[in-house]
Amino acid sequence: MNVHAGTGAGMSGEARRTDPRSFAVKGLGMLTQLALPLGLASVTILDDGDVGDLIAYFLPVVLAVIGANFLFAWLGWRRFTYQVNPADIRVESGVVSRQARSVPFERIQDVSLEQRPIPRIFGLVEVKFETGAGGKDELSLAYLSEAEGERLRELVRSRRDGETVGMADEIRSEPDSELLFAMGPRRVVTFGLFEFSLIVVAGFAGFAQQFDFLLPFDLWDFDEWQARLAGPGRWLAGLGFAAQVAGALIAAATLLAVGFGTGLIRTVLREWDFRLERTDKGLRRRRGLLTRTDVVMPVHRVQALRIGTGFLRKYFGWHRLGVVSLAQDSGNANHDVAPFAQMAEIAPIVATTGFALPPAGLDWQRGDRRYRIDRFVLGGIVLGALAIALAFSPRPELLAIPLVGILAIALVEFHDWHFSANALDPRQVYVRRSWLSPKTSIASRVKLQSVEIAQGPIARHRGYATLHLGLAGGRLSIRGIGQERAGKLRDAILASIAKTDFSELV
Amino acid sequence: MEHTDALPAAPVDGTGLSSLDPRYRTVLRIVGMIWSIPVLIAATVPGITIANWSLYAAIPAVLVVGLLILRFPSRRWAARGYSLADERLRVVSGIMFRSDTVVPFGRVQHIDVGQGPLERAFDLATLTVHTAGTHNSSVALPGLAHEDALAMRETIRAAIRRDTL
Repeated sequence: MNVHAGTGAGMSGEARRTDPRSFAVKGLGMLTQLALPLGLASVTILDDGDVGDLIAYFLPVVLAVIGANFLFAWLGWRRFTYQVNPADIRVESGVVSRQARSVPFERIQDVSLEQRPIPRIFGLVEVKFETGAGGKDELSLAYLSEAEGERLRELVRSRRDGETVGMADEIRSEPDSELLFAMGPRRVVTFGLFEFSLIVVAGFAGFAQQFDFLLPFDLWDFDEWQARLAGPGRWLAGLGFAAQVAGALIAAATLLAVGFGTGLIRTVLREWDFRLERTDKGLRRRRGLLTRTDVVMPVHRVQALRIGTGFLRKYFGWHRLGVVSLAQDSGNANHDVAPFAQMAEIAPIVATTGFALPPAGLDWQRGDRRYRIDRFVLGGIVLGALAIALAFSPRPELLAIPLVGILAIALVEFHDWHFSANALDPRQVYVRRSWLSPKTSIASRVKLQSVEIAQGPIARHRGYATLHLGLAGGRLSIRGIGQERAGKLRDAILASIAKTDFSELV
Repeated sequence: MEHTDALPAAPVDGTGLSSLDPRYRTVLRIVGMIWSIPVLIAATVPGITIANWSLYAAIPAVLVVGLLILRFPSRRWAARGYSLADERLRVVSGIMFRSDTVVPFGRVQHIDVGQGPLERAFDLATLTVHTAGTHNSSVALPGLAHEDALAMRETIRAAIRRDTL
């Protein structure tokens, strides 16, 4: 129970403790961490035989360790209090050394609720206050009852919005909401199949390479392979071509299964029962199978939108919509609001955020061709030098690799030039970038913070530039555009920034 | 803020920019001198320890020191500039890698005026404005006379206050 239970609390500063069950949850958490060492210890000790004698010593130690665990968890819980004051939230913690932290409401960008598996069984949530300090320094209260978490969130929101009088009574725990986007099991599984993870496959292959000492021969030494095939170890050649092909297919299939499996599992765990709603406080997103998160993003704090797709999924019309906001997803550059959706589903969400998708007749401008040519030439010089060096090396046939590389650079740069573009309309800046998977950023012109034109020595000589736009909570740059275009974009954007002060935006 | 006062087509050019305080060039020279100490040490130590070391080997080092103390400071000083026109802070810098940053006063979060030991000796200061953007979250303008920096801070602050009221 809380030190002061009840709903009317919160106006004055009353020190409250977290939910008492959280001490049990934390004790359990520590116990699971202890389970492995204890298990190992018991195996080694009990292996020695003479069980009855040893257990007399061993059991009290185990019990003492477990007891100490719960004692510390309990002490920590006793000494952790939080206090909701008129202007800030204050947290005091620490058993031996005490810390007091105060976070003013004005600085709290957002409050998110997170439920990990064990607290979820007890109906507890972890309340995280995002201050924009980023990651480790964020304030979090673990764990509160679901109702208390919801109450705190509403309280902070209302305080921030400046309604300070008596809102504690007016808070509705479930404000009227409108479902904007949801993903059922079928959609999540489809999504998971597209999340085929090349990195995991590469990692798995690397792992296989690391542990190939378990094999009786060196898998990666082709010379030795040739020797084996030619020499007395004709066994593989003797198996026949079909068997070799079958072996290679089995290896490839294993890697594919690993790639699809991890993608599927990760996606299902993260995106299960994805729901995006529009509430009067902003966009509310809930997702997750074991760890369920509940995040509300105030609409007026959305700085920009990012729409992306994938190499393969673009042919099926699947897109991802993220918002760049002052408060960030933990470690992630943007909040996913629709990770896997058709454009028809994305359009209403975009409309809700107050942004607009690129209109049909928009004047898209490509980047400067000279920028791409220079990049190709620079890459070509490096790889060309490598090719020449290889031509005089003992293995001149390797020459083909840098030559293919030069060709690849030419293709990439042409493709990138062809599909990357930027556009400006009276309200928004659009930046489209593409290498295999097109990404479009849509930023509101008034919500930008600064404009920088940067030029390296080659760029200055050739007359192109990179435009860096200061975006709160994210990055937005337009690379390799003609300097006239850069100057024009800068003037237009600065003119719209100057019309609105920052305080009217956030 | 109309398009008439738009900047000329070449984006990074020096028109309409104020140059920094001339004393800042001296500060850059002193910094150059500090940097040339390790260069000189590296050039002289073999001359002392190795017998028959040719003195001509020190010529490149002397050239580098000359560049560090005489050439680079004046070029860096000349490459920098700022402007406060149109309620915007514009900071231009860089010899090889030019950058031209504009922060409208309405987007300034807070302002610092800082002085390092060398700057204090010459009564100079660095003005730093902070924005909410991830890129250019702080834009520094070194080499201002201290009272100029304070005056610029007041100008920017007054503009912010007027906007918020």
